[in-house]
Amino acid sequence: MVKVTVDGIDVDVPPGSNVLQACEAAGIEVPRFCYHERLSVAGNCRMCLVEIEKAPPKPFASCAYPVNEGMVVHTDTPMVKKARAGVMEFLLINHPLDCPICDQGGECDLQDQAVGYGRDGSRYTEAKRAVKDKDLGPLVKTVMTRCIQCTRCIRFSAEIAGTPELGATARGEGMEVGTYVQKALTSELSGNLIDICPVGALTSKPYQFVARPWELKKTDSVDVLDAVGTNIRVDARGPEVLRILPRLNEDVNEEWLADKSRFSVDGLKRRRLDSCWVRRDGSLVKAGWEEAFAAIEGKLKGVAGERIGAIAGDLCDAESMLALKDLMSRLGSANTDCRQDGAALDAARREFYIFNTSIAGIEEADAILLVGSNPRREAPLVNARILKRWRAGGLKLASIGTVADLTYPVEMIGDGPAVLAALADGSHPFAAVLKAAKHPMVIVGQGALRRDDGAGVLAAAWAVAGAVGALGAEWHGFNVLHTAAARVGGLDLGFVPGPGGKSVAGMLGGGVDVLWLLGADEIDTSRIGANTFVVYQGHHGDAGAARADVILPGAAYTEKNGTYVSTEGRVQRGQLAVYPPGEAREDWKILRAFSGWLVKPLPYDTIEALRARLETVNPVFARLDILPRFGCSDAAGPAGAGLTGGAFRPAVANYYQTDVISRASPTMAACTAAYAAPVAVAAE
Amino acid sequence: MTEHTEPASFAFDDESEARITKVMAKYPAGKQASAVLPLLDLAQRQMGRVTGSAWVPKVAMDEIARRLDMPPIRVYEVATFYLMFNMQPVGTYHLQVCTTTPCWLRGSDQVVEACRKATGIKGWKETSADGLFTMTEVECVGACVNAPILQVNDDFFEDMDAASTEALLAALRRGEYPKVGSVTGRQTSAPEGGPTTLTTLNFPAE
Repeated sequence: MVKVTVDGIDVDVPPGSNVLQACEAAGIEVPRFCYHERLSVAGNCRMCLVEIEKAPPKPFASCAYPVNEGMVVHTDTPMVKKARAGVMEFLLINHPLDCPICDQGGECDLQDQAVGYGRDGSRYTEAKRAVKDKDLGPLVKTVMTRCIQCTRCIRFSAEIAGTPELGATARGEGMEVGTYVQKALTSELSGNLIDICPVGALTSKPYQFVARPWELKKTDSVDVLDAVGTNIRVDARGPEVLRILPRLNEDVNEEWLADKSRFSVDGLKRRRLDSCWVRRDGSLVKAGWEEAFAAIEGKLKGVAGERIGAIAGDLCDAESMLALKDLMSRLGSANTDCRQDGAALDAARREFYIFNTSIAGIEEADAILLVGSNPRREAPLVNARILKRWRAGGLKLASIGTVADLTYPVEMIGDGPAVLAALADGSHPFAAVLKAAKHPMVIVGQGALRRDDGAGVLAAAWAVAGAVGALGAEWHGFNVLHTAAARVGGLDLGFVPGPGGKSVAGMLGGGVDVLWLLGADEIDTSRIGANTFVVYQGHHGDAGAARADVILPGAAYTEKNGTYVSTEGRVQRGQLAVYPPGEAREDWKILRAFSGWLVKPLPYDTIEALRARLETVNPVFARLDILPRFGCSDAAGPAGAGLTGGAFRPAVANYYQTDVISRASPTMAACTAAYAAPVAVAAE
Repeated sequence: MTEHTEPASFAFDDESEARITKVMAKYPAGKQASAVLPLLDLAQRQMGRVTGSAWVPKVAMDEIARRLDMPPIRVYEVATFYLMFNMQPVGTYHLQVCTTTPCWLRGSDQVVEACRKATGIKGWKETSADGLFTMTEVECVGACVNAPILQVNDDFFEDMDAASTEALLAALRRGEYPKVGSVTGRQTSAPEGGPTTLTTLNFPAE
C-alpha cells in the first residue's frame, strides 16, 4: 500500500492507484467529466486538477497521475480553485445555455459542477460553436452541441460494449463525436451511453421531454426481461412507470443495463389486461372477479385432478408460481411445468440448471466453451462480462452453434451436439485447451436444450465439464444460461411435473381439460386442445390471452412485490413501484382469492407467510441477495442420453422482442425495425 | 462530410501493393495498426495517380481498416485528424496557401487574391469549375524564411506575389510544371540578391 496525504488526511491506497482514487479514499470529492472507474483513463477534460507538494508548481490532472509514497495532495488551495474555475469556463464556452429544455437537467454533472466549482459568469462574448446532431438509432438522442468531448461514450462503446462504432473525428474546434458515417449503434448496451454521458449530449430518445428527475418516485427493483437479474431503479410518476435505470451491483450488472430492460418500459402501459374477461359464445366479454371465478369453478367441477394443468411463463415471480403449484396440488393435479419452451432442464439437482460459476466468476475463467448459446442476445450483461474477461487477456473461447458476432473472437468448433462427444473423450483439440485451463467454463444455452435430444445435450455438456476438470471441489465450471427470469425460481420451487404429472408437451394437444396459464405466452397456443378450457392469468393481451376462456388480470413486475431467482441462482426481490392498472391484482393474491372461492384456501394470507412457505419449500429462498459459490460435490451428471445431431439453433430470434412486455413496446418495435434480421429460432 | 460522390469500391493497385509490403514489414505482428498513416497516404496518392484527384474515399478507409484489422471508426478518426488527407475530391492541382502570420505579413493576401482571380474559386476547400484547382487555407508549412508560400500538391513555390502566382497558375493550366522552390531565383533560403555577410572571406580554390 502507498501512503498519501490528501488535504491533511492520511490514506493508504494500492500501488498503481491514481491521485483521484486516493482523494476518493480520503473522502474528498474531486470533480470530473472524462474519468470513469470502469473505463480507461483519458485525462482530457482537465476538471480533476489538484496540487501536489514537491512536484512542479502547476495543477495536475489527478485521474491521470499515479500516486507515490508520501505524496501530499491539496484539493482546496487557491491554485486548484482557480484552475478548476478556469477549466469550467473553457468547457462552458461552447456549451449552450439550454438547460431549461435539456433532458439532463437536474441530473447533469456539468450543471452540478458548474455550480460547485465554476465562476459565476463567463467572459466569453464571441459566437458559440454549433454541431450537427447525429442519428444513432431509435434509442439514443443526440444534441451534439452540448458535447464537451469527454470521450466517455467512445471508450464505453469500445471497451464495455465491444462495438467500437463511436469516435472523435476531425480536430480542435472541428472535433465531433459520432460514427462519421450515419449509422445506428448496434450494441445491446447502448442505453448506458445515456447514463455515462456527463452532459445532455446523449439522452434517451423515448424519454425525451417526459419528466424531470425530481418529479419521479424511485423504487429499487429487479429486472425480469432476461435472466441476469439486473438490479434496477424504477422511476415512476403517479400511476405510470416512466423510465428504468440500472442500480449498482458489482456481482451482477456492475452499473450497466441492457437495452431491452431499459427501454421496454413503454410496453408496460400498452395492451394491458385491466379487467377480467370471460368467453361467451366464442368471444371474450368483460366480467367481474366473481363472474370469472364462477366460470372457472364451474369448469373445474367434476374434472379429475390429472385432467388439470398449469404452465408458468417467463416473467413470473416465485410467490405466484408457488401459490399456483399449491393450488394445483389442492386440486389433485401434478401437472405443473415452468419450462414453457420445452427446454430439457433437469430439476433433480440445482447445479444442473443454474449458472454455477456466477457472473462475477467469469472474470476468473481462463477458457470458455459456449454450447448452443449466443450470450450477446440471451444475456447482454453476461456477454459484457465475458468481453471484460477477454480484454484482460489470456482467455480462450470456443463455441458450438451458429456463427455470431459476440464482440470478441470465438473459435467455432462445430454447429451441433456431435462435437460434445469428441470433447468429452478428449479427441477434439479444444478439449486439451479446456483441460489445460485452471478455471474452465462450459456455458449451455437454451438453444441447446430446446430440442428433442435436449436432455442428452445437457448430459453430454456435463460430461465435457467433468472430463476437462471443470467440476472441481473449489471451482464449478458448469453453467446453464437462462433467458427467462422466472425459470430458475420455478425449478427451485419444483414447478415441474410431479409424480405421474404431465409436462408442457403432455398438457398441450388435449392432455388436460383445464389449463391454467400463469403468464405463459411462449407456448404454441394452437397446439392447445380444442376442448381444453384455458385460464390465462397475466398482465398483457398476447398469445395466451387470445386463446383464453377466462382472463384474470395480473400485475407486471413493476406492480408487485416478487422474488426472482436469476440464472446464477441469486435470489432477489423486486418491489412494487406503481399499482396494477384497473382491476388487475398481484398474482399471488388472485390465486389465494380463488382458492378461497373454491373453499380450499391456501395457507397464507400475507406475502410474508407465503415467503415463509417458499423458504420451507426450498431453503435457497432465504438467501436473499447473497450468492454463496459452491464447488461440485457430486460428479454424477443429469440423466439423459442420446444425441440426434442437427445444428443448434439460436434461442433468441430477435433480442428486442422476447416477451409480452417488449412485444407491447413501441420502442422495441422501432428497434426491431432498425436492427433485427429474422433468425431461425430453436423450437422444442 | 460534405456532399460528394463516393466511389463504389477501392482496391490497392500493384504499385501501392509493392509499397504496402515494404511498409508492413516495419511493424511487428499485432502492431500492424501503426501502418494506418502510410496506408492512408498511399491510398490518397493512388487516387491522385489513377483518377487525377488525390483524396481518400470512405471505401478506401474501410479497406485499410480491414487490412489492418482495426475498427473502421479508428481509421476515420486518424484520417480526419490530419488535414493533409483530403476527405473529399480535390482538383488536379491542390493549391495550399499558407496564411499564417509570417506569410501574411509578407503578402499572402495578394497570393490568395491572385489564386481566386485566376481560378474563379470563391471560398476555401472549393474546386474550380474545370476541376483543375482546389484552394485550401493551411497553417504554417514551415518555410517562413521564403514567405509567402503556395504549396501545390507536394511542392513548395516560395517568395510568391500576385504576378508570380498568376504566372504559376497559367503555366499549370498550360500543362507545364515550373521549377519548384523560390520563384525569385534565390538559392535555397539564402539572402535575396546574394550573400550579405562573410563576403570578405576568400576560400582557396580546391
